[in-house]
Amino acid sequence: MNCSSHHFDYLLRLGGSSLVLGQRMAEWIGHGPVLEEDIALANVGLDLMGQARMLLTHAGALEGRGRDEDALAMLRDVPGFRNYTLCELPNGEPVSQVGATRDYAFTLTRNFLFAAFQCELWKALGASRDAELAAIAAKSAKESRYHYGHAADWMLRLGDGTDDSHRRMQAALDLLWPYTHELFAADAGEAELEAAGIAPRSETLRAGWLQAVEPVLAEATLARPADTGFLSTGRFGRHSEHLGHLLSELQYLQRAYPGAQW
Amino acid sequence: MYTQSMDIPGQQPRAVAAAEQGAQEQEFEARIAADRKVEPRDWMPEAYRRTLVRQISQHAHSEVVGMLPEGNWLTRAPTLKRKAILMAKVQDEGGHGLYLYAAAETLGVSRDTLLDQLHSGKAKYSSIFNYPTVSWADIGAIGWLVDGAAIMNQIPLCRCSYGPYARAMIRVCKEESFHQRQGYEIMLALANGTPAQKRMAQDALDRWWWPVLAMFGPHDSDSQHSGQSMRWGIKRVSNDDLRQKFVDATVPQAELLGLTLPDPLLKWNAQRGHYDFGPIDWDDFWKVVNGDGPCNRERLATRVRAHAEGAWVREAAMAHAEKQRRKAHQEAA
Amino acid sequence: MSDRQEWPLYEVFIRSKQGLDHKHVGSLHAPDAKLALQNARDVYTRRGEGVSIWVVPSSAITASDPEDKASNFDPADDKIYRHPTFYTLPKEVDHM
Repeated sequence: MNCSSHHFDYLLRLGGSSLVLGQRMAEWIGHGPVLEEDIALANVGLDLMGQARMLLTHAGALEGRGRDEDALAMLRDVPGFRNYTLCELPNGEPVSQVGATRDYAFTLTRNFLFAAFQCELWKALGASRDAELAAIAAKSAKESRYHYGHAADWMLRLGDGTDDSHRRMQAALDLLWPYTHELFAADAGEAELEAAGIAPRSETLRAGWLQAVEPVLAEATLARPADTGFLSTGRFGRHSEHLGHLLSELQYLQRAYPGAQW
Repeated sequence: MYTQSMDIPGQQPRAVAAAEQGAQEQEFEARIAADRKVEPRDWMPEAYRRTLVRQISQHAHSEVVGMLPEGNWLTRAPTLKRKAILMAKVQDEGGHGLYLYAAAETLGVSRDTLLDQLHSGKAKYSSIFNYPTVSWADIGAIGWLVDGAAIMNQIPLCRCSYGPYARAMIRVCKEESFHQRQGYEIMLALANGTPAQKRMAQDALDRWWWPVLAMFGPHDSDSQHSGQSMRWGIKRVSNDDLRQKFVDATVPQAELLGLTLPDPLLKWNAQRGHYDFGPIDWDDFWKVVNGDGPCNRERLATRVRAHAEGAWVREAAMAHAEKQRRKAHQEAA
Repeated sequence: MSDRQEWPLYEVFIRSKQGLDHKHVGSLHAPDAKLALQNARDVYTRRGEGVSIWVVPSSAITASDPEDKASNFDPADDKIYRHPTFYTLPKEVDHM
């Protein structure tokens, strides 16, 4: 299979999204609200990290310039990343220039929205003509279904828990919802990938995603926010302020000791 | 079975006559002497129970606080493979804390009570986690040395006289087998790496070696709890014996790495068949145990904060469960 | 509601592979049975230790009293005829 730049960028998008969200999960380990959940979040993070490694390895092989998963994860700067902005936001309300924030409402709501998206994505990619991508999708689908179930149950518990938890969940949902627009936005390469049978157009995933999201929100007594004109652009390499900080940690050793083996 | 909240039909609290207690005590002593296990609801001397609660909960606290120094490098691991390994390892430690809290709970004390004791500073945890992890090599050193020491300590505990503790330790030891190996592999990569990496490895070894030796606890002659714990089969091998075993095992591993253990007095003693090593700075050890180590306050504050920030989550989950129960009840009615 | 209300304890039983019994492996805290099941999966099967999980509220278990061990279990000790080794058969059929 010859590799178009759209195909490569698409794999970077998916791999980068899993990587960046996996990194956010790693920030929770040791700080969870209860030991049991600490362990659960670490499992989600490990699954995402595994997806990232497979997708980036595949992207590197397809590119054929000898870049492995670490070269793609550690040695590209912000504009080289193609992940969805949703995944790079901090673990709590995004505010300018701040270190690690952790808010379980924000973290779970993001996991819920993104896992629901990944479920749709993997379902569609299971039929990809990129056989390696199809295999990765088949493996990842099981993981994302679990993440979705875990997060959806928590949406119910916290949305319909105490007044305080309801308020926190609604606030998190209101903050995060606009970032979901990016998941379904069209781009220039989509027609080519669709024609080649590699990936679906983003827009086609929206109906299934809404079906997975809206009933849970309703049962959790949370109001689905209205869609607005806001559109984040991480997948085009134009990111929020938060990715740079995330990369400065992620890439620190590789940058400080160029070429070293670990 | 692992719990105290089990219901035993018709059981009433009863005053135990002195003679009966004497018989129970004899039976308990006979059981220990015969190396048979004690299970949660069996009669046991109050001091045995107290010792176990103290030891198991300290052990659990150590696992959970122990997530923090390594957690410090989760976001900065040098490769994605190392990151995944470290995530799995730190997660395992959380799991081990959980198994151990569960074992302690079989002795009739709730996890919340134990956490209160930790958060108020009343309970101790292993002093080793009060040292900072300032370089990636510290992650290697912790796996190689701290986990290596912990495994030596823990293997005999798999034969502990208290059933739930012994079973928890069997599970912990099985899972920990990769922890020390991954640490040594990190050190190996650094030792075979660039001069800067090798310096990083040596620096970590210099800083961790003595605190790790101290981790085995005071000398047998100064150990407050050791004697009775040995008699009760809670502890199986003495602090000094374990420490010696650890030194003997570690010296050749350091040689293989081409790193130098920071002890000028370290020397093979053919007569004893063991390595001799220099004196441990016990003042430093007690300073750290008593709260004045480099990270004591930070570690505790981090745990307290995580627990406090999670309170609304725990409360909401209970509130939701209660709502669901009421709903189910109404539907049934 | 006060945080003093701890999540209840659940006992976890795991079938390690098809054909074997569920075996008690430990316990954990959870607000409800569903999360207990999910957390049991995350806590006790991180290395693929199971194919099926049961969780039971610890408070729902009724246990025998160790004080009654003698009266409960000793009477079975002398019923040795319940064990196959009680019977001496000719060598030719000894694998029976």
